[in-house]
Amino acid sequence: MDLTLSDEQRLLRESADRFVAETFTSEHRKKAVNDPLGYSPAIWKQFAELGWLALPIAEAHGGLGGGAIEIGLLMEAFGRGLVSEPFLSTVVIGAALVAECGTEAQKQAILPRVAEGALTLAFAHSERAARFDLAHVDTTATKTADGWRLNGSKVAVLDGAAANQIIVSARVANANGATGKLALFLVPAGAPGLTSRDYARLGGGRGCNLDLRDVQLPADALLGDGSDALPAIETVVDRAMAALGAEAVGIMQTLLDTTLEYTKIRKQFGRPLSANQVIRHRLADVAMQVDEARSMALRAALMANAEPAARSRAASGAKAKIGKCARFVAEQAVQLHGAMGVTEELDIGAYFKRLLAFDTLFGGSAHHYRRHAALSGRAHA
Amino acid sequence: MDLTFSAEERAFEQEVRDYIAESLTPEMKRATALTPSVFSDPDIGMAWQRALHRKGWGAPGWPVEHGGPDWTPAQRWIFEAECARAGVPNVNVMGVKMVGPVIIGFGSPEQQNFYLPRILSGEDYWCQGYSEPGSGSDLSSLKTRAVRDGDDYVINGTKIWTTHAHHANRMFALVRTSDGARQQDGISFILIDMKTPGITTRPILTIGGDHEVNQVFFDDVRVPVANRVGEEGKGWTYGKYLLEFERGSGIASAKLREALKTITDLAASDVTGRAIEDPDIAMRMSEVEVDIDALEMTELRVLSALQTGQNPGAVSSLIKLRVSEIRQAVTRLGVDVIGQDGLAVEPARPFYRLNHEPAIPEELLPVVPEYLNGRAYTIFGGSSEIQRDIIAKMVLGL
Repeated sequence: MDLTLSDEQRLLRESADRFVAETFTSEHRKKAVNDPLGYSPAIWKQFAELGWLALPIAEAHGGLGGGAIEIGLLMEAFGRGLVSEPFLSTVVIGAALVAECGTEAQKQAILPRVAEGALTLAFAHSERAARFDLAHVDTTATKTADGWRLNGSKVAVLDGAAANQIIVSARVANANGATGKLALFLVPAGAPGLTSRDYARLGGGRGCNLDLRDVQLPADALLGDGSDALPAIETVVDRAMAALGAEAVGIMQTLLDTTLEYTKIRKQFGRPLSANQVIRHRLADVAMQVDEARSMALRAALMANAEPAARSRAASGAKAKIGKCARFVAEQAVQLHGAMGVTEELDIGAYFKRLLAFDTLFGGSAHHYRRHAALSGRAHA
Repeated sequence: MDLTFSAEERAFEQEVRDYIAESLTPEMKRATALTPSVFSDPDIGMAWQRALHRKGWGAPGWPVEHGGPDWTPAQRWIFEAECARAGVPNVNVMGVKMVGPVIIGFGSPEQQNFYLPRILSGEDYWCQGYSEPGSGSDLSSLKTRAVRDGDDYVINGTKIWTTHAHHANRMFALVRTSDGARQQDGISFILIDMKTPGITTRPILTIGGDHEVNQVFFDDVRVPVANRVGEEGKGWTYGKYLLEFERGSGIASAKLREALKTITDLAASDVTGRAIEDPDIAMRMSEVEVDIDALEMTELRVLSALQTGQNPGAVSSLIKLRVSEIRQAVTRLGVDVIGQDGLAVEPARPFYRLNHEPAIPEELLPVVPEYLNGRAYTIFGGSSEIQRDIIAKMVLGL
């Protein structure tokens, strides 16, 4: 039992904190918001040079063999700077899906290129009718003479516009209809039949909705050997939620620090706001919820390699709890900044919106408390 | 980082499990399950204290020279977790966890030699004389006065909310020995034999139907000056030290998890008409369970810092507040789970020694009293409002 950071982990945290503080300034963010790509390829290259893109990739595939704790350290720093680079999409989700499902040839072809910053990925899985049910996929993949044909629609594809390749989930179909198996396909950006409606994502970065109409793919576009991909999707999404939880902690900590500072400086009725007990108690509650969120994100990371039921319970518990804390912390940060809190003149709003986005991604608190209850054998999801 | 315990720690866990299995009697276990209070009645609690003392485990937090077992923080965690899992009685915390550390820290060698062995063996049963009718959250405004007369102090005044004063043979109390510039000055920490002439005790029944707390009156009560701990007038320092133990000694998550499990088991049984199938109840159980997960992780973070010789820092002061809130959430859930059986009031105590058949299944008896008694969790040991004041000042630097 040891929850202290190793020397390497401490160094990683220090270098991430320093790099984020120097690079992701308020000015940088204001420019990035209007960037149609949603991120800076120059900064991405620096991420690669720092070894961050290689972090969780196995050493055999050009990576550093790190785990969920290291990802969490990076993500927390990214949260502090509202980083919008496609790290989650490419490294935490995309590369992990390839590592979980891909053939050895696919891993060799893709993972080293992700590690060196030469390839970006996105994951197109959610569909409108599914809400947050990971097993609900209506998009179909039909076997053709020389490959596959994909039809369907995807929503909330994070960083889709920035991706060189999109990993699309589909239900395998043959002449007699769906086989029931979920499969993942590597679809190159700009493939014929693929149309994208790109948007600026709430809280920074980009997202898109995708339509796939008779998208023709070669046989080797299928990721892996064709066995059901749902367990891998659940594994990777659980770990992504742990990573997002760490990012949310970084965002919340920044909101707490900023709000504390503001209530000490802002004076009304001849004294600082922080002299009022109602403000002090509110801040105590905010601090407590930031700390609880920190514990839950750490817990989800420590459980990332546990057996599936325990891992999913930890991930859903963390997502639900951190989401609840995030909304409270974000709303109180705006409230305690008074009218300035609802303007674009402060950064508070940007952090607020990123937390709102966090709570929505992969399902909000209510969804994950229900999933937790179902996984605990207490009720149906 | 990892969450697993070492091979030696797992062996220790097995040793604790085995010892509990051989020494916890079915009567003790049943009595504990049917006690709607954090405090076990002395006949049950002290029987368990004697069992722990036989093994050398009578005071887990004490240094080895005073009879402590010299455990690492991880061993203490394991011990508390196993005790919670097994449902052992609560020992006299006012002795082992409160006055004990103060006597160890500030008492004279004579006081240490006399009192500490009696706490370990269960011979003495302690109560805490802190609050007064006019001094609750503003504890240092206390007025009970000790006036020096030769080798004695003569004590006059009253203490209130004194848990188990009607069982205790000793009390540690904060009394005013002088008036200083600040109201915290002039307070002394004194050990009182409850059989001293001039002490009377009035029971106070609480809304759960239990007699736990009392008001204690002092009329010209003579206590030897030798019973003062530490310096005269420095009692506030010692009292605060003790309150930190009261708030921070908690490895509370394991007990909360067991309390939730008890409610979950009731909800899954026919006794409650399978309340668990109500999706709202099921979801709220997950909410509370996840809150316990967060608390446990915070406790482990503190433990891990202690283990590696670091100061856990401010995080431990957040724990008391969350523990009390989560305890209340568990008891609230319990009331909702048992539904209409919550209407039946059983006034007799203790529930494990009723001489009649109760109107509702025995295991449901403590549920509503636990909820009602539980309102005090956010009041005693420094109310939640006081805790938030402390967090704002000490954690946030406001």
